[in-house]
Amino acid sequence: MTTDAPYVRFFDEGGDPTVELLGGKCASLVSMTGAGMPVPPGFAITTAAYDAFVDATGIRDEISHKLATLDADHVSSVDAASATIRDHLTSRPMPEPVRAAIVAAYQSLQDRFSSPVPVAVRSSATAEDLPGASFAGQQDTYLWVTGLDSVLHHVRECWASLYTSRAIIYRLRNDIPDLGLSMAVAVQKMVNSSVSGVAITMNPTTGDRSKITIDASYGVGEMVVSGQVTPDNILLDKVMLSIVSETIGDKHAELVPDATAGDLVEVPVDPERRTRRCLTDDEVVAVATMAKRAEKHYGCPQDIEWAYDSDLPPGEGLLLLQSRPETVHSAPAATTTPSTPSTLGPATGLLSGITASLTNRNPS
Amino acid sequence: MTAAPTQPVTAPMKSFPKPSQLTVPEGAEGWEKLYPYNLVFQNLSGAEDEKFWFCDSQHWPAVFKPFETIGGEFAVKCLGQYNTRHLLIPPANGIEFKIHLGYLYMSPVGVPPEQVAARVPEFERRAGHYFQNWDSLLEQWKIKVRATIDEMEALSFSSLPDMVPFEDIVTGKAKDGSEVLMENYDRLIQLCYQNWQYHFEFLNLGYLAYLDFFGFCKEVFPGIPDLAIAKMVQGVDMELFRPDDELKKLAKLAVEHGLEAAFSDTDDVEGTLARIAAADGGTAWVAQYEAAQDPWFNFTVGNGFYGHDKYWLEHQEIPLGYIKDYIRRLGEGHEIMRPVDQLIAEKDRVVEEYRDLLDEEQRAAFDAKRGLAATAYPYVENHNFYIEHWTMGVFWRKVRELGQVFVDAGFWGDRHDMLYLTRGEVRDAIFDLVTGWAVGADATGPHYWPAEIERRRGIIDALSTARPQPALNTPPAEITEPFTMMLYGITTEQVQQWLADGEEGHDGSITGMAASPGVVEGIARVVHSADQLGEVQEGDILVATITAPSWGPIFGKIKATVTDIGGMMSHAAIVCREYGLPAVTGTGNGSTTIRTGQRVRVDGNTGRVEILD
Repeated sequence: MTTDAPYVRFFDEGGDPTVELLGGKCASLVSMTGAGMPVPPGFAITTAAYDAFVDATGIRDEISHKLATLDADHVSSVDAASATIRDHLTSRPMPEPVRAAIVAAYQSLQDRFSSPVPVAVRSSATAEDLPGASFAGQQDTYLWVTGLDSVLHHVRECWASLYTSRAIIYRLRNDIPDLGLSMAVAVQKMVNSSVSGVAITMNPTTGDRSKITIDASYGVGEMVVSGQVTPDNILLDKVMLSIVSETIGDKHAELVPDATAGDLVEVPVDPERRTRRCLTDDEVVAVATMAKRAEKHYGCPQDIEWAYDSDLPPGEGLLLLQSRPETVHSAPAATTTPSTPSTLGPATGLLSGITASLTNRNPS
Repeated sequence: MTAAPTQPVTAPMKSFPKPSQLTVPEGAEGWEKLYPYNLVFQNLSGAEDEKFWFCDSQHWPAVFKPFETIGGEFAVKCLGQYNTRHLLIPPANGIEFKIHLGYLYMSPVGVPPEQVAARVPEFERRAGHYFQNWDSLLEQWKIKVRATIDEMEALSFSSLPDMVPFEDIVTGKAKDGSEVLMENYDRLIQLCYQNWQYHFEFLNLGYLAYLDFFGFCKEVFPGIPDLAIAKMVQGVDMELFRPDDELKKLAKLAVEHGLEAAFSDTDDVEGTLARIAAADGGTAWVAQYEAAQDPWFNFTVGNGFYGHDKYWLEHQEIPLGYIKDYIRRLGEGHEIMRPVDQLIAEKDRVVEEYRDLLDEEQRAAFDAKRGLAATAYPYVENHNFYIEHWTMGVFWRKVRELGQVFVDAGFWGDRHDMLYLTRGEVRDAIFDLVTGWAVGADATGPHYWPAEIERRRGIIDALSTARPQPALNTPPAEITEPFTMMLYGITTEQVQQWLADGEEGHDGSITGMAASPGVVEGIARVVHSADQLGEVQEGDILVATITAPSWGPIFGKIKATVTDIGGMMSHAAIVCREYGLPAVTGTGNGSTTIRTGQRVRVDGNTGRVEILD
């Protein structure tokens, strides 16, 4: 890693979505934002920050020394090495330039909002170093994080996740060298959904690829996904983005974030809001446009999760939480082989469940 | 009184009134005797009192004066002949038509299902020949149409001399010139008829190619908006827009030469042209103005079907007023030219995106069908200038010339009064005129027609106080005839909407065809005739029974259009797409529900119009 690489990078500041610097997850978030599919705002703490940390504190050398003679089959010594390394990673002071960069970025993110917003902190590995995408993606996600100290703490937790016993054993068994091993971290705003839902870039009942289907309801999308409310269902023409048909759902309840409790609460929806469409005409078109972009970006029909974040300024509230290939209903015309743009590397698969969890209940 | 149940019992199949059930407006009694005998329901077997008829107020929004039925007769007859006798379009014959209480009602004539298959090979042979030779046949068409117009233009109608010229005595001509009046009248009618036959030579094919592509799109992209299909075949730069474009060019030229001040009072045509000619650079402008007139000022603010339609050529205050308005807009820094590049780019995008959704085999069919429709369809838009504007402009001018001959002979007071006679009665009146002139005695006409014309005028005025019914009798459960749907916007949903409008508790919402996309709010300006166009203000939402393409300059001014009548390919729809304005057409009740000054929201994506206050 070159020494002039930045320690932090905002998702919306542009630049190449380099996996080496940003990790797969953050590279994907940068790439999506750049392609007109805004993700919840946030920034990456780059692998350069991790490298500066382990070099300046001497941890890198200590790790090499400890792992040099380690036997992957000797579980208790692996556990002991893991514990020591992770203790160093979570306790040694950060070099001031690294800390200052993270503090400034966190402050800059908070400055975008009228009052402090909770964030998610999650690891963004350069995937080949770890045993499978899900390992990194799901283990190291900290939701509803508030305050600078807690953010800094969870960043170190993410770094430390490189040296769990399981990760150490995996690398030893697969002859993956620790040289150059690094970790980026994503810090991202928790979504405050006023309206959310899913969109599929086809008519899922017929497989007609000239349509986009949107399901939308109030609050956080979990109730739509799990079928606990009847959402508004809108069918649009994909080319003209005009509404072909729509059914207004009953939408009797919504999940809203309770930031102080760090959780979601279910509240009833008043009768007036229940019976009207929860998206304006312009919002319907905006969601469909974003779904269409996702399909174009990934080269095959997509199933996206989206939300309108009420903390964001008008016109910037629509966020893409997740996009994955639509595979359940394959259209006769859908002969395109799903392909993943090279800059994204592992991102497509990783995306599933990543940003979506920004609206989710705090894992207990 | 005890509480009554509030739920009505399920309504039976709803119907429009029967012709015989309609009330004759007071003062219009005996109206049916004003029209040719074969055009009214009264002289039929009675079966027509059961058939479904819809009103074509798209082409004939105003009550016919007796002479004016000629346009309806020629147009609808010629439309039918190509379906029924020339091309043998498998499922569709022509459209039957009658006049009731002054308005034109139509009933499409289907082909018995068992005869459809037998027509297919003939149809393919005939239509195939046209599609394969489209460009050369169309070139020939223009020559034929132009020749008809030139011949019509050469016809003259003038008063008969007190004495036959001595030269005719010397040469032994032995005719008095009255035969010219008779011949020219008959020739005028024949020439008009001839161009109406030509009018439909390509029109039905243009629609067929469009419908073929339309059907294919609906099959492979179920629910595709009609608008998307229209966009994919519509021409972008069309002859129909040429007259308007000429005015824009003249406005730009006037600004270049600093002639703005000369346009202070364009209602004074001679004065305005004199002021321009006297100014620096004025000669060049006048030369271009005169060049533009032939043929582009053969353009009416009406639709070519009425004797009172005003043509630019004879009412130059109209084009001069439009030029003045364009000059004003240029002065305010507006872009007055249509966004042609943008329209082409959008059309290309729509075509490409749909095309990309298809597999290879479907794509080949898509390309072939769209190619054919895109070749054939521009005619549907462009023919209008040649026939409705140019041919009919010359026709009505000649009719007025003949009307003046009668005025000079004391038959009636105004040259337009002749429109109160049927085409057959005009012929009789010529006989009367020439006979009186020849024998040196009074013709009968001057004693008969003035009172009769007044009586008829009273009937026509009385008929004009009532709007037509949108339709008559019980509609079929489903409307499937493609021409009816596409040309007139008469769909099953639309018919149901019309029926619902007549009921109590109707919520006042206005729906029609989503004919041109976009959503805007603004102040409504309800326009019932072209004479009111001067009232339209910048930024208004135009609400009209119908619009005519020659209202072009108005479309640069307004924000959206709502019409009572018309489908996806009506003039308002085409022009609004061209100007990038939202349009909702075929609402049935827009111009009678909305009042000038009300704030309305027009949604050209969904076909809804909302009155906001």
